[in-house]
Formats: sequence, structure tokens, C-alpha cells
Amino acid sequence: MATTQQEVYGKVRDVLVDALGVDADEVVADAQLVSDLGAESIDFLDIAFRLEKAFGIKIEQGELFPDNVLNDPKYVADGKITDVGLAELRKRLPHANLQQLETSRKVDDFSSVFTVDALVRFVQSKLAIAT
Amino acid sequence: MRWIWIDRIIELTARRRCVAIKNISLAEDVLHDHFPAGPHQPAQPVMPNTLIIEGMAQTAGLLVGHARQFREKVILAKISRARFLLPAVPGYTLRYTAVLDRIDDAGAATTGTVELIDPARGSTDLLGEIDLMFSHIDRNRKGLSFPDHNFVFTDQFISLLRQSGIALDQGAA
Repeated sequence: MATTQQEVYGKVRDVLVDALGVDADEVVADAQLVSDLGAESIDFLDIAFRLEKAFGIKIEQGELFPDNVLNDPKYVADGKITDVGLAELRKRLPHANLQQLETSRKVDDFSSVFTVDALVRFVQSKLAIAT
Repeated sequence: MRWIWIDRIIELTARRRCVAIKNISLAEDVLHDHFPAGPHQPAQPVMPNTLIIEGMAQTAGLLVGHARQFREKVILAKISRARFLLPAVPGYTLRYTAVLDRIDDAGAATTGTVELIDPARGSTDLLGEIDLMFSHIDRNRKGLSFPDHNFVFTDQFISLLRQSGIALDQGAA
């Protein structure tokens, strides 16, 4: 039986509560993992591992949080994401809302794309492929 | 300085689990600086929980390093969970059991238990549970660089493995 969005959200919330030590009521759809929930770089790996276990899915390194894109001079110039970089992020992060990043283009704003909602969409897309 | 908080590896199953023991001795200076007391516990020398976490980090870290034949620099990156139920007092033995949950190029996650063995009675009680995350730092450097030699797995750890009868070439991924 297909997993409903509410079921996915519930498991994602549990993962974030365990991985980040936050309260369940802080895990709202538009909460940003870094600025709102206090995630640090190692937490992204922790979250990926826990999502794999919770949903029985396989997440390749960099699939959920492609941190290597912003280290590539092809994609970043003077602290701003280039057109090519933005196109790459759209391709690599179809689950994320890049609106804020598209406006500012600032590398420092990159973490804003990682929201609870983006995680839920990511998991749903993985589950859809698996079935 | 010797920074090694396990005495012997008693089992290492490649990419699965590692079991180590540590005898808690009154000869250790750290016990003489740490006398916690509580409503149901008189002041007594107790091994600090932070060092019990370090013992688990060394047990689990060896398991993670062994999985890739100690080519990776394995650094403790996160204490995902640590729960303690009993004080670790001298004259007893700690048994660390670390299980490898997940490993990839970026790092690894382990879960683990710590048991308190009473040599006088032969009894074993659960002292704590410690889950950890490790980073393969050369893979996560983000602009930082580290020395080429593996400064994590020093001669102390390699000697410990050898003394415990663990073959170093069993961990090929």
C-alpha cells in the first residue's frame, strides 16, 4: 500500500526529532533545517542515514544534500551562484524550493533550500521510484 | 600521552561489530578527581561518562576504520545518543559492543551498548547505550586539508589490535 503524505511527514518529523534533538512541534513544513532547527553539516549525513532506515530507501552520497556543487568554481563566482550553478542545483534538487536562492544567488543562502517540506518531497519521490 | 580507553578487543567482525573491554582501576588518576554523589549514591570514585563515550568512540572507530583497512581518517563527528544507567566504579570491567549501522564514503553511523561486569559475582548489567556518527574527514574537507598520514589510527591502536589477535587486513570493503 502506498505511503500517504501524512505518513511520510510523520516519519520525517520523527527522524528530525531524533537527529536534531528538537521538539516535534518545531518540525513544521516550512522550517529550515539549518536556521530554524539548528542542523550542522554532520547532521545532514545523520538525517540521510535515518531516512534510509525509516523508509527502507537507499540515498547516495550527495543526493539529498549536494554540498560539492558550491565548491566548484564553475558554479560559483564571487560568492554568488552562476546561471550554470543554478541550473545544476535545479537538476540535483528537484525536491527543493529554490525561489529564495534564485533571487539572492548568495552561497550563504544555500541552506535555506533545505526545509522539512523539501525532505518530505524528496522521500516521496524516492518511494515513488521504488514502487 | 596515552589516550587509549580500551584494554583489549575481544571480537571484531568486519563491517559488523566490535567488542572491547576496559578494566576500571583505582590506579587511574582520573578517578581521583571525580567523586559524583546523588540521592542514592554516596560520593565515590567513578569513571566519568565522557570517558566512557570516548571508550565507545575508540571501539566503534576501530570498527569503522577496519572496514576500509584504515585508509580513512575516522573522526568522531556526533554523539547521536548517550544514556547512562549505572556508575562505572573501580574493580569492575566495562564491555563495549559497537555495531556498524551504515558506512559510506562520507562517514559511518554506529549503535552501541556498554555493560558493567562484576568479576566477583560474574554478573553483567547494562550500564549505558551510546550511538555515534563518524566522518571520513578527507571526504568532507570543504576546503580544509589534513596531513597525508593517518594521524587517527596511531601505533597505540595498531598495537592494541595486534595484541588482541586482530588481523589488520580483514576489513577490505
